[in-house]
Amino acid sequence: MSEATAQKIPVTVLTGYLGAGKTTLLNRILSENHGKKYAVIVNEFGEIGIDNDLIIGADEEVFEMNNGCICCTVRGDLVRIMDGLMKRKGKFDAIIVETTGLADPAPVAQTFFVDEDVQKNARLDAVVTVADAKWLSDRLKDAPEAKNQIAFADVIVLNKTDLVTKPELAEVEARIRAINPYAKLHRTERCSVALADVLDRGAFDLDRILDIEPSFLEADDHDHAHDHHHHHGHDHDHHHDHGHGLKHYHDEDMQSLSLKTDKPLDPNLFMPWLQNLVQVEGGKILRSKGILAFHDDDDRYVFQGVHMMLEGNHQRKWKDGEKRESRLVFIGRELPEKAIREGFESCIVS
Amino acid sequence: MKEFTPAPDSASIVSVTDRVKPVALGMGVTSVHFLGPRAAFVGGEENVAFVDDKGEVTTVAVHSGGILSTASDGKRLIMGGDDGKVVSLDAKGEVTLLATDPKRRWIDAVALHPDGAYAWSAGKTATVKSGKSEEKSLDVPSTVGGLAFAPKGLRLAIAHYNGATLWFPNMEGSAEFLPWAGSHLGVTFSPDNKFLVTSMHEAALHGWRLADNRHMRMTGYPGRVRSMSWSAGGKGLATSGADTVIIWPFASKDGPMGKEPAMLAPLQARVAAVACHPKNDILACGYSDGTVLMVRMEDGAEILVRRNGTPPVAGLAWNAKGTLLAFADENGDGGLLEL
Repeated sequence: MSEATAQKIPVTVLTGYLGAGKTTLLNRILSENHGKKYAVIVNEFGEIGIDNDLIIGADEEVFEMNNGCICCTVRGDLVRIMDGLMKRKGKFDAIIVETTGLADPAPVAQTFFVDEDVQKNARLDAVVTVADAKWLSDRLKDAPEAKNQIAFADVIVLNKTDLVTKPELAEVEARIRAINPYAKLHRTERCSVALADVLDRGAFDLDRILDIEPSFLEADDHDHAHDHHHHHGHDHDHHHDHGHGLKHYHDEDMQSLSLKTDKPLDPNLFMPWLQNLVQVEGGKILRSKGILAFHDDDDRYVFQGVHMMLEGNHQRKWKDGEKRESRLVFIGRELPEKAIREGFESCIVS
Repeated sequence: MKEFTPAPDSASIVSVTDRVKPVALGMGVTSVHFLGPRAAFVGGEENVAFVDDKGEVTTVAVHSGGILSTASDGKRLIMGGDDGKVVSLDAKGEVTLLATDPKRRWIDAVALHPDGAYAWSAGKTATVKSGKSEEKSLDVPSTVGGLAFAPKGLRLAIAHYNGATLWFPNMEGSAEFLPWAGSHLGVTFSPDNKFLVTSMHEAALHGWRLADNRHMRMTGYPGRVRSMSWSAGGKGLATSGADTVIIWPFASKDGPMGKEPAMLAPLQARVAAVACHPKNDILACGYSDGTVLMVRMEDGAEILVRRNGTPPVAGLAWNAKGTLLAFADENGDGGLLEL
């Protein structure tokens, strides 16, 4: 982490559909003996009561930037609250923003991309989504907000796992992975997750975009034997095994798309292509990330984006013996996969 | 350029840095005012530090938390805090509690009328208290960004999302909405009561000519405008936000419409605060690198008051006579200059 980044106050965004357990997680974070002080931005007072921390009420006021970018919305209340909090610098170590159950995380994240003053003092650490193991599968079908929150997450706390059977758990995890295979997923009861797993993740730190392998390849213990799923009335809900327990739900409009090449990319073709892609399809693309190997360039280039906003930089030299491979990931709704793949291919140096 | 160090005999810029009385406040400062003969440096939280012309510091506790908003008429200072309180501080150092938000919400904005009325906002609600009459409140569609009283009559301008609202608190149903898309954070009336100007979340000002609500777009800033100051007589509005002081012309009936602003005192740093002299066409400006200059508006001639190399200047203020200039940076290192 660069020095400038280290000095900025980390901000964790806590989302989750109604009743998933956000407040439980928040209370856990605040009551644990970690010696840190948090400023917590909440929507409703009352449910949390930790004397030592600064609790600030927010109104989730979203407004559109006048920059011609239709999905470029920011949380005006956050801009104002951050401004006020900076007058008390040194009184807290980190900020947690709790959103309402129906909130779209994008405007919160975008606030940290577009607002100069906010950016100067604070950095977005991660979007943590609390999901209810029992009800998430249903909510993914009927609540676009719940879907957005899963798609946007860097960390997913799959809560109330004690209330579901093993096959039900496998089903909900498969549904989560169909939308977002990149988030770290933690199964919990009563949100009992190690704080290190939700705080100080550096998920938006360009220096820490090291690995964008799907997270499910790492550890999970999916049950290969179970093929019976409850379809909750979805007739077209056919799915198939990808060899490591992942069920792919073709009815899911929110999906991730991963692109890869070991041939160098032409930056003069790639950059305009990427810019144009997020300009045109930015409404559909929720998150994007990439590690790029450019032609005639000994540095790795990394980028990340939220809807139409992108930030990128040279990260470091490619190491000796390191495979110079470019990888991109898009998570979004109804992504034009064919066009994106073809566009990407056309940026490869022939 | 690492340090701005003109030779002592340099003809390029006159320096008065050796005449500045340094002031070390030992607290983060967010704004500077004068209350009578003493400068009042408002801290980021809890305290205001008075400094007299001899440089003696007296600290007064005003809030039990962050100080979010300030307004002063030179006789008293009104402040809003994150403790939900509105307090006033007079030139003698006496603190008076004016109001407490029942839900202890942040007091985001305050304003002070020349006749003593005052206003504050918490969330979407703006409240005015005038003389002995009851408090009157108005809810606007979104959180209040800024408040300002008109120079004449009891009329309040409330900046919020997608425009500003003008309101006569003593007239039922008098709220008039002036729309303009975006988030409006600061607001000021021209001293002749003819124009209303807001500073926006984006790097721009917006204005309305009040006679016909005609729009005035004032754009081109690289950064958000956080400081605005009317020149003596209200002929120009000096603003921060660029690497020069931008002064919009308001002398004619059309205001800045179709005109270029004056751009004075360019440096390789962002202007952070501006304060026009109360009587003469001179302004003081502070930069993001700690530099403080005095600038003659007529020809842009500059005098160096403070060198660069510190945190950004947090505030500047002139006393009512225009004989004393006070300033401080964000870390609370400042100075007093007697003219």
